[in-house]
Amino acid sequence: MTLYALCFALFLVGLYGLLTKRDLIKIILSSGIMGYACNLMLVLFGYRRGGVYPILERGREAGPMVDPLPQALVLTSIVIELGVTALLAALAIRLFQKYRTYDITKIRRLSG
Amino acid sequence: MPIETWLTFLLGFMILGSIVALEIKDILSSIVAIGVVGLAVSLAFLFLQAPDLAVVQFLFEIFALIILVRAFIRKDFHVMERASSGRWIIGFTLIGLAAVFLLSLKVFRVLPPFGEPLMETSRYYLEHGAADTGAANIVAGIILDYRAYDTLGEVTVLLTAILGTLTVLRFRARDGKGGGR
Repeated sequence: MTLYALCFALFLVGLYGLLTKRDLIKIILSSGIMGYACNLMLVLFGYRRGGVYPILERGREAGPMVDPLPQALVLTSIVIELGVTALLAALAIRLFQKYRTYDITKIRRLSG
Repeated sequence: MPIETWLTFLLGFMILGSIVALEIKDILSSIVAIGVVGLAVSLAFLFLQAPDLAVVQFLFEIFALIILVRAFIRKDFHVMERASSGRWIIGFTLIGLAAVFLLSLKVFRVLPPFGEPLMETSRYYLEHGAADTGAANIVAGIILDYRAYDTLGEVTVLLTAILGTLTVLRFRARDGKGGGR
């Protein structure tokens, strides 16, 4: 409960940066923070008290294991996040070359 | 110490690091602060018994740091104008987000409590995963066998993102200045 609330607070910090910052780099970093919070929240949902990591080992008794499904989905999510970050960085570089600034209030001529 | 204490500490650290990253003036410090937050996420995954995720998150963090530093640090003439919006907008945003946070506290009570997941599908995976897929690592079994189409879609998304990145970086700016990097 406290952990969920804290994780959501981390998400809200990212959302705050996304909404109020005018620097394009800060906006990219904010979206990264939101991604961290989402991934961490999903893995928090899957933790089982006293569980071990879901890998079978020879000679280890099969005790309770944590939920492997969120882990598998978050694994793909992390990799996609890397691609999205690279795409955002490329767009920011391109915008900088055109407008010579990272301030989004000065990037206004987006028609062509 | 119970795991909640560690995770609470780590999450507080992450929130602090994110606020520092968003509010600090220097861009390099900001990117490094984000890197620290990401490594804390990796550590939290280790505490949550997810070693695969911890390794992947670690690698992601290093790559993201390299990409961001490579992309933005050369613009050392990057002048920070007023990086934030006006005081009114910040105030309204903070009030709105605080309201969302307070309202969301009720939702978290409905969720299954920390440490007791539902595990309806996963129980099958845990019991039959080794026999079905032959993989000792059940996470790998889910990614590559039970949900292989999902992974295929992920690879498609990743390919699209990389193609988009290359396409965006390849064309020269229309005014002829700049040029491809």
